[in-house]
Amino acid sequence: MMILTAIADYIIDQIERIGRSGIFLVNGLWKIVAPPYRINPIIKQLHFIGARSLLVILVSGVFVGMVVALQFYDTLLRFGSVALLGSAVGLSLIRELGPVLTALIIIGRAGSAICAEISIMRNEQQIDALECMAIDPYKHLIAPRLLAALISMPILTAIFILVGIFGGYFVGVILFGVSPGSYLGGMYDSVLWRDIFMGSMKSFFFGLIMIWVATSKGYHLHLEKGGAHGSEGVSKVTTDAVVLSSITVLFADYIISAIIL
Amino acid sequence: MTKEEDRNAVIKLTNLCTHYGDVLALDDINLTVYEKEILVVMGHSGSGKSTLFKNVLGLMQHSSGTMEVLGKDLSKLNKKSLYDLRRNIGVAFQNGALFSSLTVRENVELPLHEHTKLDNSTIQIMTRMKLGLMNLADHEDLMPAQLSGGMLKRAGLARAVVMDPKLLFFDEPSAGLDPVTSAQLDTLILQLRDALNMTIVIITHEMESAFHVADRITVLDKGKQIVTGTKDEIRLCEDERIVNMLNRVSAIKEVDGDDYIRRLTE
Repeated sequence: MMILTAIADYIIDQIERIGRSGIFLVNGLWKIVAPPYRINPIIKQLHFIGARSLLVILVSGVFVGMVVALQFYDTLLRFGSVALLGSAVGLSLIRELGPVLTALIIIGRAGSAICAEISIMRNEQQIDALECMAIDPYKHLIAPRLLAALISMPILTAIFILVGIFGGYFVGVILFGVSPGSYLGGMYDSVLWRDIFMGSMKSFFFGLIMIWVATSKGYHLHLEKGGAHGSEGVSKVTTDAVVLSSITVLFADYIISAIIL
Repeated sequence: MTKEEDRNAVIKLTNLCTHYGDVLALDDINLTVYEKEILVVMGHSGSGKSTLFKNVLGLMQHSSGTMEVLGKDLSKLNKKSLYDLRRNIGVAFQNGALFSSLTVRENVELPLHEHTKLDNSTIQIMTRMKLGLMNLADHEDLMPAQLSGGMLKRAGLARAVVMDPKLLFFDEPSAGLDPVTSAQLDTLILQLRDALNMTIVIITHEMESAFHVADRITVLDKGKQIVTGTKDEIRLCEDERIVNMLNRVSAIKEVDGDDYIRRLTE
């Protein structure tokens, strides 16, 4: 009986969390389109999520492109199909690696920081202070971050893919002597609009998942079951946000691929 | 002071009850705060002071009873009306609750930018006036992390009064401050009431501070309202809990050291 009660409590708690997060997202998205419009908070968040992630995206993209080209070159060499290197690198980066790895990097760099920032604001009564000043926290805190993530993520993904392709070019063409024409031409022939659409959809939804989980976890810090207060509470919800958003991104990756393919 | 019936009630709580889950946090509170008075809500930790504070600000739902603030019944207000009401209320939090990414000036300016159409130069003048009132004029470009505890409270207070609210709440003004800074803050509260004609509700457990600034005092204990009255009425109250509080006797029984060690080793 005790076990059944515990299971029922757990299920009710999870349903409550999902409902709360769903309402949170709808509220946040609504406040993006609802007036008044202020550009400065959005630019500030674009700078934080987008511009300040640029270096890590550039470096990661180059190395991922290089290692993908290296692995494919070795495999394709066994089948005498080295000419397909450009296609293999391009397709794997555009359809899969670009969106997923960019999302995981941004979750670690910006998602965790945003979750920690908002949960500290909750802890230190800054969100209560906004409410008391009749300033809508959704409009002031959540909406700019949501919009900035939805804009930044596809752009960062595109940059990741672009530098990845050049990283692959460096390994395939410059180091292993694959012809530039077959590398770039093969990529041009094999990448379809559907692949670009898939990559774009993934980056958009991964951005949404990243920012939704990060802001919602931080915002609802005080409602965590068993209490999550002080620095330990901030650490707990931040870790939860990173784990949950990473797993959700990988799950959504499969779902989006299955729908589009 | 005129008779209570002749004065306007700014806050009127009737039979207010609030629960945290199954726990009764506030039990049948009846309280009226009159215009331009300073009411201090006192009590030990866990007495229900903060719950009362959150209820009156609409940050927390009450279970039963009615709450009228500035003539509006809180339970009948939608979100927009509640926000309209809050524009007439200033709240200074215990730790200031300043936004750590903004300077002191930007923190104080924030409500003016959000709720008025004043131009930047007017907003700056109004902000500097309030910061000057709080003796923070020379610190307006500092970040909250660079301020001392007393300065944080004063900056929070400047933000709370920048819109010239009719009603001001101050949560634990003396907590964590040395006696001199605490006394300075009390004087500042009295000056604010006189200069800006505000009704002020202060939540505190510091007795010296309470008796310094209060017109009337309400004492809470375990969610119940023990007494509400003037300073003299509180001093003359014969309730054991009030007498103990005035005599600074702890509610926890004194521990007999020998008995404690014997029980531990049994």
